[in-house]
Amino acid sequence: MQTLKIVVTGPFASGKTEFIQSISEIDVVSTDRKISSDAERIKHQTTVAMDFGRITIDEELILYLFGTPGQKRFNFMWEILSEGMLGFIVLVDSTRPETFREARRILDTFRSYSPVPYIVAANKQDLEDAWPAEDLRIVLRVESSVKVVPCVATDRESVKQVLLELLYSILELMEDE
Amino acid sequence: MALKGRLEDFGITQLLNLINLARKTGTLYLETGGDSAELSFREGKLIYATMAGVDSSLPAILQQAGIFNPEQVQVIRAKMASKTDREIAQTLMTGKRLQPKDVAKSVREHILGLVYQVFSWNDGSFRFEPSKLPPSGTVNASIALESVIMEGSRRLKEWERLQDELPDLDISLKFAERPTTPLRDINLSVEEWRVISFINPRNSIRQIAQFNNMGELQIRKIVYSLIQAGVVEVIRPPRPTAAASGTARAGAGQAAPVSDEMRRPAVKRGIVQKLIHRIREL
Ligand SMILES: Nc1nc2c(ncn2[C@@H]2O[C@H](COP(=O)(O)OP(=O)(O)OP(=O)(O)O)[C@@H](O)[C@H]2O)c(=O)[nH]1
Ligand SMILES: [Mg+2]
Repeated sequence: MQTLKIVVTGPFASGKTEFIQSISEIDVVSTDRKISSDAERIKHQTTVAMDFGRITIDEELILYLFGTPGQKRFNFMWEILSEGMLGFIVLVDSTRPETFREARRILDTFRSYSPVPYIVAANKQDLEDAWPAEDLRIVLRVESSVKVVPCVATDRESVKQVLLELLYSILELMEDE
Repeated sequence: MALKGRLEDFGITQLLNLINLARKTGTLYLETGGDSAELSFREGKLIYATMAGVDSSLPAILQQAGIFNPEQVQVIRAKMASKTDREIAQTLMTGKRLQPKDVAKSVREHILGLVYQVFSWNDGSFRFEPSKLPPSGTVNASIALESVIMEGSRRLKEWERLQDELPDLDISLKFAERPTTPLRDINLSVEEWRVISFINPRNSIRQIAQFNNMGELQIRKIVYSLIQAGVVEVIRPPRPTAAASGTARAGAGQAAPVSDEMRRPAVKRGIVQKLIHRIREL
């Protein structure tokens, strides 16, 4: 039995839990708690340790999806979660420009942990005031070799597409060699 | 007990808060890297400040504020060489060459300028000497600390933001290959042009600052705005090759620079293809 891991990261409330929930075959083992601090009370729950989803590929192979915790005080978890990952997805709430800087910082941090392929998913594209993916590429200064794809984490098809795009990037990298 | 410690543990904001709340009188001595500063307080109000390498004499302050030109300042200095700042102010005001409100405003701004610089000192040492006040001939202000703390924190945030954007001044810059705005459509300040003229992959941002005699905050601001305008791009230092790092690990202990280059994960192609097939059919 082989297990593989993809990490889903991004700023607070960018949709990580939702993303994993949409595709996981098990109920996401989420550690969401009611939010107590005022500063972060823009939604009711936040992930305190991590999200954990699963996709069985075949008898031998399982893909795990790990979502990073939203609150800063759990940032020490990042490095642990990134250990041995296949690639990672940076989810950005496209409607909240105030989180873009944080998204960039997260992206850089994960890249420094492990130089595996990654993509940026411009989430919440179903909302009216979502910034287009290509604009996010510019503000987050994502290199042209890295994909920035539109995403709606509540929509399973969209989530599938994001995962596939990451896997294609991984495959392309292998073809180059 | 003397109030002393390290700025890493107890920062400027906390110190000023303490001095304000306890309405302290005395002088705070600060040191960081090669810099040092002294801030004096009376009953919790900021009254005076000096910094090593900065001329805080009244004639220099009045010149900086644009009230006198350098020639006038030279004359004032020559004529009143033996006088204290306070006496100089008195003489100039009696001779109607200086308005009291101009003295107060210039001194206040000079002091604030120094204090806001100190806000970016996040390591080093401090020592507070109670009852120690500036020499008697100096011209003092009386500045409430609440507003200083607020404005200082605001500037500190800006500083941190820039530090975030440009953590490393030892990287270089190059002109953007596909600039989003043509250079001629951008209105550049004199300072920005001075920086532009040194842009070259061989010059680090730090060197450009040195050539132009600019401080870290200033160079960061300028470079950041040039990057935002899409005029320049940063060049990351090349990643050491496997051969080089195999023989000698130079600079051990330093964080490895983030490379643009990606490594393939340690799995077989067939496995990735399996993942793709499975997810497609989900
Ligand atoms: N409209 C819309 N809402 C979304 C989408 N993705 C997530 N949301 C909503 O955004 C909010 C935050 O989503 P979460 O999945 O909790 O975000 P998170 O990244 O796990 O948050 P933390 O764990 O607190 O960091 C929830 O109310 C979601 O229902 C999306 O694509 N479209
Ligand atoms: Mg969550």
